[in-house]
Amino acid sequence: MADKSKIPLPQPTPETQHFWDGAKAGELRLQQCNDCSAVYFPPRPFCPTCGHREVSVIRASGKGKLYSYIINHRPHPAFDGPYSIAVVELDEGPRMMTNIVNTPQAPESLTLDMPVVVTFESMSDDISLPYFEPAANQSASANGEGKS
Amino acid sequence: MKPGSVAIVGAAETTELGKIPGMSQIQLHADAALNAIADAGLKITDIDGVATAGESPTAIAHYLGITPKWVDGTAVGGCSFMLHVRHAAAAINEGLCETVLITHGESGRSGVGRGGFRGAAASLQGQFEAPYGIMGPPSLFTIPFLRYMKETGMTLEQLAMVSVVQREWAALNPRASFRDPLTIDDVLNERMIAWPFTKLQCCLVTDGGGALILTSAERAQDFPQKPVYIIGTGESVETPMISQMEDFTTSKAFRVSGAKAFAEAGISHDDVDHLMIYDAFAHLPIYGLEDLGFCERGEAADFIWERNTAIGGKLPVNTNGGGLSYMHSGMYGMYALQESVRQMRGTAPAQVEGAKISVCHGVGGMFAASGTVIMSNEQP
Repeated sequence: MADKSKIPLPQPTPETQHFWDGAKAGELRLQQCNDCSAVYFPPRPFCPTCGHREVSVIRASGKGKLYSYIINHRPHPAFDGPYSIAVVELDEGPRMMTNIVNTPQAPESLTLDMPVVVTFESMSDDISLPYFEPAANQSASANGEGKS
Repeated sequence: MKPGSVAIVGAAETTELGKIPGMSQIQLHADAALNAIADAGLKITDIDGVATAGESPTAIAHYLGITPKWVDGTAVGGCSFMLHVRHAAAAINEGLCETVLITHGESGRSGVGRGGFRGAAASLQGQFEAPYGIMGPPSLFTIPFLRYMKETGMTLEQLAMVSVVQREWAALNPRASFRDPLTIDDVLNERMIAWPFTKLQCCLVTDGGGALILTSAERAQDFPQKPVYIIGTGESVETPMISQMEDFTTSKAFRVSGAKAFAEAGISHDDVDHLMIYDAFAHLPIYGLEDLGFCERGEAADFIWERNTAIGGKLPVNTNGGGLSYMHSGMYGMYALQESVRQMRGTAPAQVEGAKISVCHGVGGMFAASGTVIMSNEQP
């Protein structure tokens, strides 16, 4: 049985705290340069495109697409059987690592560029991790068909 | 160091000194760096060399948004930064880069985002990659490849061919770990490690070592072995996080390093007789062939499939069998260098007849860093 306590939890720093506060509140947060408008991730208090120090925290749509992944077949105590380690490209541009959840962990159900949406799971009092699931799951849910 | 040939043109400390609990260690580096860049009247994009200790130059360069042509992570304790200045002066004189940034930052008192076990969970990879079940290079280095497949149309059979061809080279090498012939089906049907990569598409894990001794070309004539001249070199870093690689179908560090080495050597690709590409996983020779400019984007798979890199091909690659069949101790680059030296001396088990120029291309981390050395047995 998967033991979620075996997941190494992030330790926020002053520059990333807003991201983890957002995750706790069910929001995916990115940053945007006040000068050149670049949206970026991971967090840092200056723009990696132009070096400007005035930046804003923005709430991302939570929507993106599956950019690339592998299915890890080596056993990990926090996972049951093979699992995806994926990178999603957010609609706002930045990419981030995640697991694609709530769908079979098989190439047939994990097609590149399929739409995905963020979903959060509480791991401790302080940390909720962002995961992504197929957008089709949530639209099915909205249609009253329930999650698989 | 030539006296007076290099000067310090910007200098600054962090905005605050003393107790700074509101900044992690890496941000202390960045704060000082941004202040020094401002002091010199430069922009971040003016910086093309990075030296640091305590944090990796990869982490500092990516954090600041710098694409360096020169890095120095020499870490020898408190005097490291004096050494960085010295190395930077030499590098600048040699034309490896023009404007070097040397950073120091240490959250010695507050211990925010500091190295060690605690630092791991506070690092950007610790926060944004580690929670997702990553298990070392096989689960990370492999992630970009599906995107490469989709964008180029490369097939899994073509990926398997990389292992097949390198095993053919290994068969000629008595010191290779694995020498038995392989078929594409053998490769595809092996145990799955990280789909779509099977065990035979991942490097070996073995014991071993190697060393090189270098001296001036002037003195080289007086040694008993045939001299192997370094005629071009390159290096770069991109990112410590595979998820933040700029383009999953090409390595920026490879491109910068390779182009610099070729420019220094003043050679064209047609001049190259032998090529080593650090093959931690089977897709590395694909990326290497394209990023070094031997193939156009999306053409490396066909290039290997058509046996151009195999025995008798026009560009012999990984002639020792590579990390996939020869050996891989963890830091394989030394073994790639040793094979290039053997080829240039004319003593390789699978000797490329008449080879005069060898390109040896290495990777660090997971597409995190790169170094390229071009050797020749003729003095230019």
